[in-house]
Amino acid sequence: MARIELNNLAHQYAPGGEYALQPMQHVWEDGGAYALLGPSGCGKTTLLNIISGLLTPSQGQVLFGDQDVTRLPPEQRNIGQVFQFPVIYDTMSVFDNLAFPLRNRRLSEDYVSRRVTQIAGMLGLDEVLKRRAKNLTADAKQKISLGRGLVREDVAAVLFDEPLTVIDPHLKWQLRRKLREVHEQLNLTLVYVTHDQTEALTFADKVVVMLAGQVLQVGTPQALFERPEHTFVGYFIGSPGMNFMDCQVEGSEAIVAGERIAVDPAMAAAASESGGQLQLGIRPGLIRPAAADEAGLMIQVDQVEDLGDYELITGHLGEHKIHVRLEESEKIGSDGLKVVFPTEHSLLYADDRLVGGGA
Amino acid sequence: MDKREYQWAWLMVLPVVLIVAFSAIMPLMTVVNYSVQDIFGPGSRFFVGTEWFKEVLRDPALHGALIRQIIFSAAVLVIQIPLGIALALCMPKKGPWVSVALVLLALPLLVPWNVVGTIWQVFARPDVGLAGVAINSLGFDYNYTGDPIDAWFTVLVMDVWHWTSLVILLCYAGLQAIPDAFYQAARIDGASRWAVFRYIELPKLKGVLLIAILLRFIFSFRIYAEPFVLTGGGPGNSTTFLSQSLTTMAVGQFDLGPAAAFSLIYFLIILLFSYVFYLTILNMDREG
Amino acid sequence: MSLMLEGIHRSVGGEMFLEDINLTFERGEFNVLLGLTEAGKTTLMRIMAGLEPPNSGRVVEDGTDVTRTPVRKRSVGMVYQQFINYPSLSVYDNIASPLKLAGLSKTEIDQRVRTEAERLGIDHLIDRLPSELSGGQQQRCAMARALVREAKLVLLDEPLVNLDYKLREGLRSELRNLFADRDTVVVYATTEPEEALILGGKTTVLHEGRVIQHGITAECYRHPANTTVTQVFADPPMNLMPVEVVDGHLLVEGLLRAPLPAHMRDLAPGHYTLGIRPHHLFVHAADGLIPLHGQVEVAEIAGSVTYIHVEVNGRDWVIEERGVHAVHPGEQFDLYLDPARAYAFDSADQLAAAPMTQSE
Repeated sequence: MARIELNNLAHQYAPGGEYALQPMQHVWEDGGAYALLGPSGCGKTTLLNIISGLLTPSQGQVLFGDQDVTRLPPEQRNIGQVFQFPVIYDTMSVFDNLAFPLRNRRLSEDYVSRRVTQIAGMLGLDEVLKRRAKNLTADAKQKISLGRGLVREDVAAVLFDEPLTVIDPHLKWQLRRKLREVHEQLNLTLVYVTHDQTEALTFADKVVVMLAGQVLQVGTPQALFERPEHTFVGYFIGSPGMNFMDCQVEGSEAIVAGERIAVDPAMAAAASESGGQLQLGIRPGLIRPAAADEAGLMIQVDQVEDLGDYELITGHLGEHKIHVRLEESEKIGSDGLKVVFPTEHSLLYADDRLVGGGA
Repeated sequence: MDKREYQWAWLMVLPVVLIVAFSAIMPLMTVVNYSVQDIFGPGSRFFVGTEWFKEVLRDPALHGALIRQIIFSAAVLVIQIPLGIALALCMPKKGPWVSVALVLLALPLLVPWNVVGTIWQVFARPDVGLAGVAINSLGFDYNYTGDPIDAWFTVLVMDVWHWTSLVILLCYAGLQAIPDAFYQAARIDGASRWAVFRYIELPKLKGVLLIAILLRFIFSFRIYAEPFVLTGGGPGNSTTFLSQSLTTMAVGQFDLGPAAAFSLIYFLIILLFSYVFYLTILNMDREG
Repeated sequence: MSLMLEGIHRSVGGEMFLEDINLTFERGEFNVLLGLTEAGKTTLMRIMAGLEPPNSGRVVEDGTDVTRTPVRKRSVGMVYQQFINYPSLSVYDNIASPLKLAGLSKTEIDQRVRTEAERLGIDHLIDRLPSELSGGQQQRCAMARALVREAKLVLLDEPLVNLDYKLREGLRSELRNLFADRDTVVVYATTEPEEALILGGKTTVLHEGRVIQHGITAECYRHPANTTVTQVFADPPMNLMPVEVVDGHLLVEGLLRAPLPAHMRDLAPGHYTLGIRPHHLFVHAADGLIPLHGQVEVAEIAGSVTYIHVEVNGRDWVIEERGVHAVHPGEQFDLYLDPARAYAFDSADQLAAAPMTQSE
C-alpha cells in the first residue's frame, strides 16, 4: 500500500507535440479510492497507463510512497489491474487463476491456499473455486480479474480501466457494492477510470475530473455536485447538467436577462474584481419553486418531461435555456413557473472557472 | 407452413449437391466399383468381392510404404508445429518488418510442388549443389541419392522449408488476435515468458493449431511430387511413400482393382487420423 | 398504417423466445419495447421487420399479411446498437443509399438527404466518412439513413446504448421530436426505464418472451400490472416486502405495524406484497411517515441523486435521495416510508392498490 504522488507529471506522445497530459502536481492518499472521470480522449487512460507503468511519461515523476517508479515496468511496481474486458486464464480453474500471481512469486502453497480462499470469500467466488474459469459469466470473470489484483498483500494500488463495460446493467450495482466493500475491508489505494459519472461518484472518495489532458477538479462527489470549480464539471456531473447563464454583477447581485439574483456577497465582490466572461451557474434540482406570495423569477416553460419520479422542465429565462427539476407534487402555473435561485446554490464563474476557487 | 419452407431450402442447395455429386461422389463410387472387380478390358470384368482388399492388406511393399508414411508424417508434425509456433512468436508484431516477413514466408508456399523438388534436387547435389557441396566440405559424407538416411534427411528438410511457413502464418494470425490486455495482465501478475506462452498464447492458439495440424497431416500424408522429383522414391524404396506406391500400381502396372482398393484404404486412414486429431484437440480442455 | 401482431410464437430448438404476442401499433405513435436483456425485444423486432419468421402467428401491415414477406420487399428502416454505416461512403452517400436503391431522381435525393441531415444536426458533416465522426454523429448518420426513405415501419434497437451518457442525454430528448410528425410506425427497444419515460408514447413491457403490460407509458409506470413490471420498469426497481393486512393495519412481523393508508382501505384482509419506490423512502422523519430500520449495504451516487442500498428485514431495498450523501457499508440506518405512496399487489401478483396521483 502506498500513496501515489504525481510530481510535475506531463506527457506528449511525440516530442514537441500536443500535450496528451498537461503538467500536473497531485498527491493521492494511501488507502484512498480515486476515480478518473472524463469524456473519451480526455487523457484519463493515458494517466492510468503512466501509473501502471505501461507508458513512461515524457516529463515528471511517479512516486509510490517514497519510491520513484517512473521508469519501472508494471511487473516491478506491485500493482493490480482490472481491464475493460475480463482477463482470465482459460485453461485454469478459478482457484488457479487467483493463485497465479502468488505462485509466480513462489509463495508457499499453504499460504496461497489460505489467501486465495480468503479473497474468494470476500468476492463471493467460494462456490466456484474448482470450476474452470472459462465457463463462467462475465461478471464472475470480472470478479476473478479483480481477485487477482487483490490477492497480493503487497500491492501498492489496484487500477481499474472501465471494468463494468461488459456487465449487464442490472448486475452493475452489485459489483459496485463489492468494490466498496473490498475497499473498506482491505483499505487499498484504488484508481478507477471511467466516463460514467455514476460509477465514478459511487466508487470514489475523490473524483478527478479531466478534460483535454487537464485535471479540472479533484474533489469529493459532494463538492463536484455542489461546488463545481469549472463549468465543464457542472455540465458533466448530474443529469441534466448545471444551468449556466451569462450575467453581469452589481453589488451582491447577478443580473441575468434583466433579472436580479442575489448571490454570496464575497463571491460577487471577487467576480467584479476578476473580470472576464461571467456566468451564473445553478443545478436544475437546486432551483426551487417560489411560494405563492414570494418574489421569484418567471421561467417560460417550453417542455415538460414526466420522468415518473420527477418532472424535468425545459424553459427559458430571457434568452437563456434553463432546466428545472421538479418533484411530482410541484405545480406549474399557466403563465410560467415562478422559481427562486437559493443564494447558497447560485455560483459565479469567470471564464469557466468558479469565482473564488474552491473556497 | 414450415414444411414448405424446408422444401424450398432443399431446392436452394440442389446445385451444390449436384456439383459435389459429379466432382466427388461419382468418382469415389467409380473407385468403389473398381475395387471389387477384376478388369481385363472394356466389357471383360469379374466381381471379386473383397479379394483386392485382402491382397493389398497383405502386400509387404505397401506395409513398408505405410510405415514410412506414418514416420514421415509424424516427423513433419513433430518438427513443423513447434518450429512454426516458435518462429511465429519471434515475428515482429508491428512496423515495416511485418510485411517483409510475411512476403518472405509466403514465397515457399507459392512455388509449384514439383519445382520444389527440382530446386532441392539441384541444391542438395553433392557435386554441384550449394548445400550438398557445403555439407561435404564440412567433412560429412553426404549423398542423398546413395544413402537412405541422407535421402530422408533431405526430404524432411525440403518439406520443412516448403511448409513451415503455413504453420507460422496461421499461428501468427492467431497470436495477433490476442488482446493486449492479456499480456499486460500477465506482466502485472508476474508471469514468466514460459507461463505467458503456456497459459495465454497456447490456449488461445488452440483453434489455429487444430487447423495447422490437420492441414499438415493431410498434406504430408499425401505427399507425392516433391520426393518423386527429388529421389524418385529411392535409394531402393527408402523414400517411397504411399501415394507413390499407389501411382506405380495404378499407372505403372495398370492394376486398377488393387489400386482402387488401396485408394479406399488410404482415404479411410486419412479420415481416421484426422478425426482422432480433431477429437483430441477439441477435448483438450473440457471441464474435468 | 398500422402494424398488428397476432399470436406470435417463436422458439428455436425447444427454447422459447416469444410466446403469444398480440399487439397493435398505430402510425404516428411512438412505441417503446421495454425489457431486460434477452427479454425477446430483438427477436420481436426481427419478426416485425421480416428478417425472421415466427413459428406461428401473423404480422399484418395495413390489413395485409406480411409475415413471410422478406424484408427487401417491405418498407422498413432499422437502427441498431452498433453504429452501422457504409465505411467507404460519405455521410451524404450513406444517407442517400436507400433512396438510390429506390430509384429516385437526383434532385429529389439531394433535397431529402439535406433535409434529413439537417433534422439530425449533421448537415455540416455531410462530406465526411463515418470513421471521421464521433460515436454520436455516426449513430445520427445511421438514423438519418433509416428515416430518409420514409419507411412505413422504423425499428430502433437500443440505439443509444453504446453512447456516452452525456451524448445519450442530448440525443434522447431530440428523438421524440424527431418522430413527432411522421407518418410511420416507430418501435423503440430499450432496457432503460428512464428512456421509456422521456420518449413517452406507449410502452410494451416484455419479460421472458411475454408481454406483461401494454399501455400509455406514464400509465404503465404509475399502475404497474404486477411486481415483475415494477422490477423491469423502474431503475432502481421498486422495493418490495411481503405484508399482511389485518384489522385495518399493514403488518410485517418485527418491522412495522401501521394503519392502512386511504387508498388501501378497501383491501380485504390477507397476504399482499407492498411496493414502494426508492424516492418515497426518506432518511428524515416527517409527519405521516412510517419509521423502519435497516443496515446500509452501499451508497451509489449518480450525480444529482444518491441511491442508498439498505437491507430491510432480509430484503435489498434502495432509497433515492436528492443530492450527494455519504454513508458507510454496515451502518445501522433509520428510514421512513410514505404509506400514501405505497403500492399493494395481491397474492395472485396483480396490482390491488395504487397511490392516487394528481391527474386523478
